[in-house]
Amino acid sequence: MTLQHYLVISAILFTLGIFAVLTRRNAISILMGIELILNSCNLNFAAFSRFMTPEDISGQIIAIFGIVLAAAEAAVFLAIILAIYREFGSIRPDEVDTLKG
Amino acid sequence: MEEFTLKTFIFYGFALTTVASALLVVTVRNIVHAAFSLMVTLFGVAGLYVFLQADFLAATQVIVYVGGILVLILFGVMMTSGRLEMRIHIERGQLLLGGAVALVLLMLLLTVIANTPAWKNRIDDGTELPPTTERIGELILNGPFLLPFEVVSVLLLVALIGAALISRKEVRD
Repeated sequence: MTLQHYLVISAILFTLGIFAVLTRRNAISILMGIELILNSCNLNFAAFSRFMTPEDISGQIIAIFGIVLAAAEAAVFLAIILAIYREFGSIRPDEVDTLKG
Repeated sequence: MEEFTLKTFIFYGFALTTVASALLVVTVRNIVHAAFSLMVTLFGVAGLYVFLQADFLAATQVIVYVGGILVLILFGVMMTSGRLEMRIHIERGQLLLGGAVALVLLMLLLTVIANTPAWKNRIDDGTELPPTTERIGELILNGPFLLPFEVVSVLLLVALIGAALISRKEVRD
């Protein structure tokens, strides 16, 4: 296993997450895409920590902070989705167009 | 050329599981199936953390992502999806455009990964590092990460209160 193995896996995860955010028309699927992106980012932190500075585990701590931020983001995201669902009766982002000129 | 041991076999197993289930997350039409594929992806990433000798990180990944965020997502699916919303709507033009953007991005990232000199020949020599939990605790509570730790706890509190406030029913008096 080399550093590049992990980087390639994480690049694929990141790309799939971007793809989900761009193409899916359902807010929860978009959230899943964002989670994939955050996971790839954390995997990169851990991989660089292991291969570039094996004795220093600061990269892993940054990854833990990343997980905490993902949890906070998911909670707020789902709260907003619930509020939107109550207001519009749908969570398709293109139907929420009150601000559209 | 690295020899093909049991360890590399398991590594490629985890890597394939992660990538294949992530592919399912973004292609499957049923949103509940997508959520369960996401669970497999998260477990796969936890396995990769184990290979990186990040034991505490792997445990955190399983507890917070699989035990917390995934359950939140499933709750969101349950509370917002009628029978019509279970199937994910995708438009053809967006599929082509999004696929093209994703492919170009992947090519760009792979080129950078293959050509950066500092990242070449970084091979996992199999040396076992000591467990990380104690050192992480030392660094967070008694080291340079104390301030970020406190900031992130306040952020988490703010996010929780905000989420409760946004999602409750509005009371009109």
